[in-house]
Amino acid sequence: MKRELPQDPMLRDLVQMARNHQISRRAALAGVGGTAAALTLASCAPADEGQVAATDVSDSEKVLIWHNWPAYMDEDDDGNYPTLERFQAESGISVDYRIEIDDNDTWYAKVKDQLELGADIGADVACPTGWMASRLQNLGYLQTYDNDNMPNKVANIAPSYLGSAEDPDRIYSIPWQAGFAGIGYNKQAYKDATGKDAPGSMADLWAAELKGRVGLLSEMRDTVGLVLLSQGIDITSSSSLSEDAFMAALDAIKEQIDAGQIYNVRGNSYLDDLTTGNIIASTAWSGDITVINYEAGTDDDPEPFGFIFPDSGATLWADVFVTPNGATHKRNVEELINFYYDPANAAELALWVNYITPVVGAQDAAAEVDEELAENQLIFPNADTLSRSKAFRSLTGQEEQRFASAWQNLLLGA
Amino acid sequence: MAFVALGPQAPVASQKPTKTGRVALYLLLPGLFYLGLFFLTPLFSLILTSLKAPSATGVIGRYDVALEIGNYGYALGQYAPQIFRSFSFALIATVIALAISYPIAYFIGVTARNRPLLKGMLLTLVIAPFFISMLLRTFAWKQIFSNDSWLLNTLKDIGLMGADSYIIGTDFAVIFGLVYNFIPFMTLPIYASLDRLDLRLVEAGHDLYANSFTTFRKITFPLSMPGVISGTLLTFIPISGDYVVASRDFLGSTDTAMIGNVVEANFLRIQDYPTASALSVLLMAAIVILVSAYVRRSGTEDLL
Repeated sequence: MKRELPQDPMLRDLVQMARNHQISRRAALAGVGGTAAALTLASCAPADEGQVAATDVSDSEKVLIWHNWPAYMDEDDDGNYPTLERFQAESGISVDYRIEIDDNDTWYAKVKDQLELGADIGADVACPTGWMASRLQNLGYLQTYDNDNMPNKVANIAPSYLGSAEDPDRIYSIPWQAGFAGIGYNKQAYKDATGKDAPGSMADLWAAELKGRVGLLSEMRDTVGLVLLSQGIDITSSSSLSEDAFMAALDAIKEQIDAGQIYNVRGNSYLDDLTTGNIIASTAWSGDITVINYEAGTDDDPEPFGFIFPDSGATLWADVFVTPNGATHKRNVEELINFYYDPANAAELALWVNYITPVVGAQDAAAEVDEELAENQLIFPNADTLSRSKAFRSLTGQEEQRFASAWQNLLLGA
Repeated sequence: MAFVALGPQAPVASQKPTKTGRVALYLLLPGLFYLGLFFLTPLFSLILTSLKAPSATGVIGRYDVALEIGNYGYALGQYAPQIFRSFSFALIATVIALAISYPIAYFIGVTARNRPLLKGMLLTLVIAPFFISMLLRTFAWKQIFSNDSWLLNTLKDIGLMGADSYIIGTDFAVIFGLVYNFIPFMTLPIYASLDRLDLRLVEAGHDLYANSFTTFRKITFPLSMPGVISGTLLTFIPISGDYVVASRDFLGSTDTAMIGNVVEANFLRIQDYPTASALSVLLMAAIVILVSAYVRRSGTEDLL
């Protein structure tokens, strides 16, 4: 659309000049072609060469940056992190603690390009879930930790975390906290709806009385894992957990979604659905339920929400410390890990975050502070509790792609 | 394109081409550079990605340059319902937003024309939602519509809603959220058109014995068409690609996924970049076709 020319003669001439100068179509196309050629060159990613760890400058720089999940660090009323502050005072290393991980997949999408180049991801240490750490390890993105620098870890790591085929001595990834996925529920609402005190199995989630009031976690390994367990599949074994078995479990979930049984499938925001009353029961993470009980509990009813293992078993996961090749403060990270493998520190942390500590001796240390909590099976599980939980087996790259696609398509209704 | 329709419709000044000057080229350079860097480059990269094939290494999220046209077939076949849903939602939401916005715009631009204070206040009210982040506003609706909310309890008590029915996650909730978020985009361009409406024309219509409806149909509405077209485009196009409202974390559920949600899941969750890119290209192509057909049909190319 053209506008009237300005009255001022000089401006008028300028506008005329600007209008009359036209760039030919051919010249424009040539420009596009040039850009395209440059881009094609740029998109040829460097070949996959063995990465080398960045030079460690921990001796001269007493700092480290830590990426972690929300609500994963003990916190006082002023929003300070007591254990972390003690570490900084004792070691002289200043820690930049950032809550950066909200979901393993989206975190990976954020950092994968830097990882691929062996560049700094902006963190010296991060705590993704174990399966994500194995992916990073298999791709050769991780530095190895030096056990000599972590005497507490060598002495106190729970034996169940050692001896895996992938990382028998735990030098690529070291457990930070672990937890269960089971069923979380609103005690009063569940009783009102079903007349029963508590759900006992995954089948109870599919009860007609709970139609439209059931939530599911969007974390594939937990929700599908729980359904697989309820179908009698051993999720630790690759012969039992085949692709067919996995797809059959997805079909079972789809059936419930199509029937309107499921209110929604969400990440950490399932907690909002539980606390606002949108849902009555959901697949849930153990520590979360303790946290919402702190917040929602009253003197009359200190624990309005419950958490149970389905009779077929719960899933078990662990979030682990990893240090990518691009990080330059590995030695400082080792000091940090050593600090959190001290039973007293581990106990203080576990009593706040309510997840399972991988540190042997933390239970005794916790008992000195709070005897009742030290018996809590969700924080300090005994052998019997652990035997009722299973960890999802590791998947190959192709399996991961197919399983995850099928799961996401289910969530998209596609 | 759409924004231009907001401008005044001045008579076209006739002029002959004169000598070409370098100044114009220099003046154009920043714009061309911007367009090249921020539009053509990503577009090229997007198309390139949409044709990639999985890397032979089997590593998740790694793809090799290829000419895998099949990605488009897969995207279309797998996600046809979501594509269809996106455009249906966008169409319905646009029509509802138009029905709500036109009277508002008319009131501000025509009825309140001679009362600057009222007009200013009303315009502020239309723009006010922009002062708060769209995410927060959508979250607020999530709270208002949640199962144990005051609103739902009241509706259930007076029998307007069944005891076990809900709003979040339904088509209604998503369309409501879309309409709500895009009403200002519809209202403002229509207001801009109606504000310039020459009321003497309406007067003349009445003088010629046309009733109110006929003057509206023959004078007011046609003269506000540039605003209506801009408004519908500014609403329809972003809604087709919206992924916040319909996402499971906001007002949506597994039954309401739109193309934006599919692209997000493929891009961020399963690192299936080719499918995500193919979907983006398809979305873009579909919008270009739909919009140009719309503009052509409404006979307003000269307005745009």
